[in-house]
Amino acid sequence: MRITLGLDSTSLSRRYPRLAILATLFMAFGLPLGLYVAALAVFPLNTPERLDAMAEQWLGYDLAGSPYRYIVYTAFLLLVAFIAVNYTAVFGGVSTWVERRVAGRMQSRIGPNRPGAAGFLSWVADAVKMILKEDTIPAEADHLLFRAAPYFSMVGLLLPFVVLPFGEATVVTDMNVGVFYVAAASAFVVVGILVSGWASNSKWALFGGIRGAAQVMSYEIPAGIAMMVPVLMAGTLSMQGIVRAQGGWPWQWFVFQNPAAFVAFFIAVTASLAEGNRTPFDLPEAESELVAGYHAEYSGFRLAIFLMVEWANMWIMAGLAVTLFLGGWQVPGYGAEDYARLLGTGLLPAPGWFGLQLLSMLMFVVKTWALVFVFIWLRWTLPRVRVDQMMSLCWKYLVPGAFLCFVVTLVWQLLVPPAGVAFTGYALTALALFVLAKFAVATRRNISKVAGHRVDLGNW
Amino acid sequence: MAQGIRAYFGHITDVVTTFWEGLSVTLSYMLRRPITVQYPDRVEKRVADTLPPRYRGILEVDTAVCTGCMACERACPIGVIKISTDKDPGNPKQRVITQFDIDVGKCMFCGLCVEPCPTGAIAHTREFEATRKHVDSLVFRWVPDPAKPVPFYRPVKGQDAPRAPVGEILRRCLAAASWIERPSFLPEERKP
Repeated sequence: MRITLGLDSTSLSRRYPRLAILATLFMAFGLPLGLYVAALAVFPLNTPERLDAMAEQWLGYDLAGSPYRYIVYTAFLLLVAFIAVNYTAVFGGVSTWVERRVAGRMQSRIGPNRPGAAGFLSWVADAVKMILKEDTIPAEADHLLFRAAPYFSMVGLLLPFVVLPFGEATVVTDMNVGVFYVAAASAFVVVGILVSGWASNSKWALFGGIRGAAQVMSYEIPAGIAMMVPVLMAGTLSMQGIVRAQGGWPWQWFVFQNPAAFVAFFIAVTASLAEGNRTPFDLPEAESELVAGYHAEYSGFRLAIFLMVEWANMWIMAGLAVTLFLGGWQVPGYGAEDYARLLGTGLLPAPGWFGLQLLSMLMFVVKTWALVFVFIWLRWTLPRVRVDQMMSLCWKYLVPGAFLCFVVTLVWQLLVPPAGVAFTGYALTALALFVLAKFAVATRRNISKVAGHRVDLGNW
Repeated sequence: MAQGIRAYFGHITDVVTTFWEGLSVTLSYMLRRPITVQYPDRVEKRVADTLPPRYRGILEVDTAVCTGCMACERACPIGVIKISTDKDPGNPKQRVITQFDIDVGKCMFCGLCVEPCPTGAIAHTREFEATRKHVDSLVFRWVPDPAKPVPFYRPVKGQDAPRAPVGEILRRCLAAASWIERPSFLPEERKP
């Protein structure tokens, strides 16, 4: 007699291959798509005026004059938060799978490929495993702070979602100080890192926490100055305003509209990598020196939160860079007047408007995933920098570079006429395409250099 | 001063060139085929068949060409092989093998038994998968039933013994029953 639990994923997916493929497709596309559609349906309604008008028209209920109106508004806000939090968790999970598969192939391995089709459900299995584990707190730890630390990180991760625009209308709220708010709110993550390092009462964790604090505080400066470049170019701090100042085509993106912005893009991405503790700047959790750094003493669900924050932060970093420099959700060929025309004047917009909105979300998601892939690719290419190298990179290179970009942008905005900006856009786009082509050729040559090696995407 | 400036910008150029090199190398490896062999269930060919021909896997005995000389039993340094012979009750001139047990659980795959065999009846196969629930089940009985003994093979001068291709008999025995069910040529499981 062979005893199986029936939950053995390998045997399940082998017994019902169609079920495995369906479950994978659902988790890979159905779940995110459902969240996007829910966001599109809920986020634009998220103003008291809209809710009042809808209650008036459909229910004949005077919400604005009702004593319960704040309960309704709060319920709606909770719904919005629910969607955003779930999206974060799903992205964090999926990106771990993507990272492990990409890392595997880059190291001539395969990576997790058993649960679900192509191993996609391994992130679900990991999460379930983590949640089922014991939540241990070291006896000598500071219990209150130890328990509180993951929440700080979590809050720092979730707050930027308030202003991160997923689409033309799909944003929780369009603050007029959006960029400033993101820079301030995302720094909450380091509070969690520092608190967890201190509260763990362990040398490794403490070193990790202090490294994290030093790193994030240093890199806030170049990141902040580099983020000022698109702000100067758009003339607004609002995230939606910055996206609206760009266009759908690459030569209308800020990154190509001005050579200083081109450099500032790389400075901003490098600095946000350091702020998100991604390799090559993962000093706070350097495995070879600090075991696991600030979360060395954590286990179970608290560890899961730290890891989720680490991976989901990639979405914030990439989404921010896409919004500020790469045209955000702008769809090529559609301008602001198209959105206004399709929206109409009725209480509910026309179906065409929803189609265009989904398209704009798709643009944002595709660009962001592309940048996330670059982050993963960098992680599996570069070794970790030393602490002194990390500091010298920040203070000797990135800070002066970001300042220079800032000043050049100021002068550029004053002196260069629109025709010059347009020309720069075309020229820099052409340059970028040329560099990409050169890179593709170099990559192809690397493969053909080894006898018997060729491009082969098999062996999944 | 000038040297310092050159060093400063030299670092920036270094970053750009080394990133270019490193990123193109890792990307090129992402586009190649991983060398991992997905043993056991996602392989194009059985792994046993991809091993080198002189691989020393589980021993196999072709009793049809066994001369009953017991050279292998004597050669074995750790007593893995157990052979018993008897006279054929029906034909006193003919001797028979009543027992030919190889304890694969003990075998160290040294190959000393294969060397003295005059007909190549005992040979290493390339099979290596013989997981059993109990270690006693790893005693492979090449004469399954003592009541049906196998007569000695008499070699013919100037002629090679008609040995079955190495591995075929063992593979048939292993394929006949998965490790969950008990292969017929194995002894009964020890009751705990």
